Amino acid sequence: MNHHSSRYDVAIVGGGVVGCAIARELSRFELKTVVIEKEAEVGFGTTKSNSGIIHAGHQSPAGTLKGTLEVRGNRMYDRLCEELGFGFSRIGELVVAMVPEDLAVLDELKKLGESRGVPGLEIWDKARLHREEPNLAKNLLGALYAPTAGVINPYEFVFSLIESALANGVTLEIDSPVEKIDTDNHGLTLHTPHKSIQSRFVLNCAGVFADRIAQMAGVGDFSIRPRKGEEYMLDKRLKGLVRRLIFPVPQKTTKGTLIIPTFDGTIMVGPTACDVDDREDLATTYEGSDEIFNFVRRLCPSIGERDTITEFAGLRAVSSTNDFIIGPTKIKGFINVAGIQSPGLTASPAIAEYVVEILKKEGLSLIPKKNFLTHVKGPARFALQHLEAQKELIQKDPRFARVICRCELVTEAEIHEAIDHGARTLDGIKFRSRAGMGRCQGGFCTSRCIDILSKRLNCPPTAITKRGGGSWVIKEMDS
Amino acid sequence: MLGKMEATKWQGKYDVVVVGGGPAGMGAALGARDSGAERILVVDREAEAGGILLQCIHSGFGLHYFKEELTGPEYAERFLKRVLDSNVDVFSNAYVSGVATDSSGIKQVRVMNEKMGVQAIETRSVVLAMGCRERTRGSIRIPGTRPSGIYTAGLAQKFVNMHGYLPGKRIVILGSGDIGLIMARRLALEGCEVKGVFEILPYSNGLTRNIVQCLDDFGIPLHLSTTVARIHGRDRIEKVTVAPVGPGLQPDLSRSWDIDCDTLLLSIGLIPENELSQGLGLALDPVTSGPVVSSTLETSMPGLFACGNVLHVHDLVDFVTQEALLAGRFAGEWAQGVRRPRDNIKLTAGQNVRYCVPQTLAPGREHTIYMRCKEPMKPCVLKVGDLMEKKLRFVVPAEMITLKIKPDLLERFRGDSLEINILPAVGGGSSEEE
Ligand SMILES: Cc1cc2nc3c(=O)[nH]c(=O)nc-3n(C[C@H](O)[C@H](O)[C@H](O)COP(=O)(O)OP(=O)(O)OC[C@H]3O[C@@H](n4cnc5c(N)ncnc54)[C@H](O)[C@@H]3O)c2cc1C
Ligand SMILES: Cc1cc2nc3c(=O)[nH]c(=O)nc-3n(C[C@H](O)[C@H](O)[C@H](O)COP(=O)(O)OP(=O)(O)OC[C@H]3O[C@@H](n4cnc5c(N)ncnc54)[C@H](O)[C@@H]3O)c2cc1C
Repeated sequence: MNHHSSRYDVAIVGGGVVGCAIARELSRFELKTVVIEKEAEVGFGTTKSNSGIIHAGHQSPAGTLKGTLEVRGNRMYDRLCEELGFGFSRIGELVVAMVPEDLAVLDELKKLGESRGVPGLEIWDKARLHREEPNLAKNLLGALYAPTAGVINPYEFVFSLIESALANGVTLEIDSPVEKIDTDNHGLTLHTPHKSIQSRFVLNCAGVFADRIAQMAGVGDFSIRPRKGEEYMLDKRLKGLVRRLIFPVPQKTTKGTLIIPTFDGTIMVGPTACDVDDREDLATTYEGSDEIFNFVRRLCPSIGERDTITEFAGLRAVSSTNDFIIGPTKIKGFINVAGIQSPGLTASPAIAEYVVEILKKEGLSLIPKKNFLTHVKGPARFALQHLEAQKELIQKDPRFARVICRCELVTEAEIHEAIDHGARTLDGIKFRSRAGMGRCQGGFCTSRCIDILSKRLNCPPTAITKRGGGSWVIKEMDS
Repeated sequence: MLGKMEATKWQGKYDVVVVGGGPAGMGAALGARDSGAERILVVDREAEAGGILLQCIHSGFGLHYFKEELTGPEYAERFLKRVLDSNVDVFSNAYVSGVATDSSGIKQVRVMNEKMGVQAIETRSVVLAMGCRERTRGSIRIPGTRPSGIYTAGLAQKFVNMHGYLPGKRIVILGSGDIGLIMARRLALEGCEVKGVFEILPYSNGLTRNIVQCLDDFGIPLHLSTTVARIHGRDRIEKVTVAPVGPGLQPDLSRSWDIDCDTLLLSIGLIPENELSQGLGLALDPVTSGPVVSSTLETSMPGLFACGNVLHVHDLVDFVTQEALLAGRFAGEWAQGVRRPRDNIKLTAGQNVRYCVPQTLAPGREHTIYMRCKEPMKPCVLKVGDLMEKKLRFVVPAEMITLKIKPDLLERFRGDSLEINILPAVGGGSSEEE
């Protein structure tokens, strides 16, 4: 690669949901913006590995920035969903009381939520709870109902954010870890293995690595400790087991172990909360799964390990202040957007607006674009269409009649669409189209996806990876 | 190319539609033809009929049925030729996305195909023959990271035999199912380093002949009562921790060791492909995961039959064919209006019997019962209620047991339920020769 440098108004380090939400927000203005991401695609950090909940806002502690931005963020999702077409549904949330002492906590949460402006909170008695959710453990005593809580496909959200940003002129650099930052009078220079990027402002959105990026700029006054959360996805056979998000009352370090009916209808259980030292420790453990299933059975007795189809872990970027750290630093132009732990997904669009305000205060002039494109086209989702709509799709494009993923009924046209929208890896295809997400976990579709991807990217099948880097999939035969 | 059919040739209405064109589907089509049914269609989502056989290029098929040893594709080809010669329509590259039935019992099979779009095909009876899928990492919970390089053995087989690529070079195999054993040999022949096969149970889940021919002959170690307890590696798998298991099959990490590898193959079991069966709301057997069937291989929905791996997982294709011919015959008869009285004897799995198929019987007909034991036992006696017993030299879970029941046997029986038991042979020594 040749070393050339380009000059931007704003460089965003980290293409997670926070970086991408900010990028889209900035793309409304006449600015030169770049997103720099070390992985092969955006969203491959914590953003794709979480519970996918858009929290109502009654759970975060009082007086925190994360609490304020959480409530603000929640309100923004209906419009975002309409514009960007990601999977999102306000299915509502129930915080359930397991022991009599919990009932008082429900009242406190309700008061806290109301003071922040969370709408529609209700206390449900035992009878109401079991009428609405008949599969929950019979000894649960009551619940706080929050109708505005929802579920989202976080990967679809982040992909649609970057797509919108790119459509509005933002630049994306993938496979580009920032390794060094120079600060001098001319501004800030970010060095990646194959490029140097100059920018007037740098936004540090590097998730669990944000303290390292801050240190590179010489402002290492906080630290990040990863807190791992394991999640277990269950077979879609259990669809409908619960209709709303089920939370216990908040635990010491987290919101507790939850039952999550995902946007696509599968049930997920988790997460755990365990502080770890290694920032790449995404391993699931025997202890984690025991903890989750033993706890969840107390909420819903019919859930068991045997229904697991896959599991994963994500790392929360817990900062030394235990709150979001968002703001300018002593280095002119270097702005932290760090410590974005849970509810960072919920808060991300509000974080984006908040950061734009900061940039304005710091002297960035914001001239709105006349031709900002608000909408991006969502995926076609053949499986969810009615017969007539399916027929129409096939008429327009016969590739809709070729089934690539049998479990989730994903067609060849949708794989091409995923590639059109930026997928470069098998995981990129999976998270965009759902191919490989079902119960056979890619047994059927992997070779087909490799085939299509290698043709489209014009590379040999051996060059295809699961998620970039050294994650190769197949090798050439010797003979 | 095998079994290609032009979209224009096919007819709008059928007597029997068979979903899946593997050995089960083709056997069912032939059975239906034998019964006298006229318009028969086999639908398969792949470009060619033949099912899983097409990727099994090793020999070992047809020993029972043809009395000679064929490769998978050879076995498939023989059947496909018979199917086409019998004037059965075979429709490939066509995916069945649903089956529905109306109040008169006429069924609609929804098929997707590039040339024809989505179509509902009308038929009197349907045979489900969709085969099975492999169990994955998620279904057995192996802690650790999620790198690339972890495949089911069948997917690895597809890479090697159908596409000409290797899944990796340094291989560890978890589970001793037949596909894993076959792949151990296949990859060893391709110059890969196969580091061992690890099986959590104290005995193998594969056929004895595969242990000998695929592992022993290649010096590949089989570690029984041992499992993979952790996966390591960020991008690509780098090593696994294996550990012997104690009581309750819990890994004993104090005795674990690490093995460097770039690939982990899983051969940990097969499950009937029950997407359509579930969609139809068929009664499923919790043990086989396939539909519950009567002695005519009819599911809980009248006129809908099932056979092959979608019904219960078979180890030998010959028995798939045998079962499918029957299912096809009954489906063909149904299409021609034959209605039999309901079965009145329930078959239940007793001691050391994991399951038996079919789940019910009727007097006055010959039956073949397929079953599997829970644990190895030798020598032993197979008892059908108090009606009959058969001595067996040995039983192992990997090998399906078949039992023929003569038409007159049940005539004398007055109860409504028969239990099948496999018990240790008393007095030993008296075992029947193989
Ligand atoms: C188990 C779990 C469950 C959660 N559940 C919820 C929930 O239900 N609701 C909710 O609101 N929140 C939830 N969260 C929190 C939420 O996922 C995070 O707050 C959010 O994803 C953070 O986004 P981010 O963009 O800051 O981080 P990330 O997605 O991690 O993005 C940071 C990016 O920076 C990149 N990067 C790092 N270093 C460099 C470098 N040197 N150069 C270039 N790029 C770099 C990374 O590759 C990464 O893509 C959960 C978190 C976890 C772990
Ligand atoms: C790797 C391996 C090695 C084996 N080795 C031996 C051996 O050495 N000797 C031996 O005798 N037996 C062997 N067997 C066993 C034997 O091959 C199988 O039991 C037999 O092929 C099962 O036949 P089937 O028709 O039920 O399923 P399959 O062969 O799987 O056929 C099912 C067909 O249905 C199609 N289908 C599924 N769903 C749909 C849908 N919705 N729409 C349209 N089409 C659909 C599939 O594409 C497939 O073609 C082996 C099996 C495997 C997997």
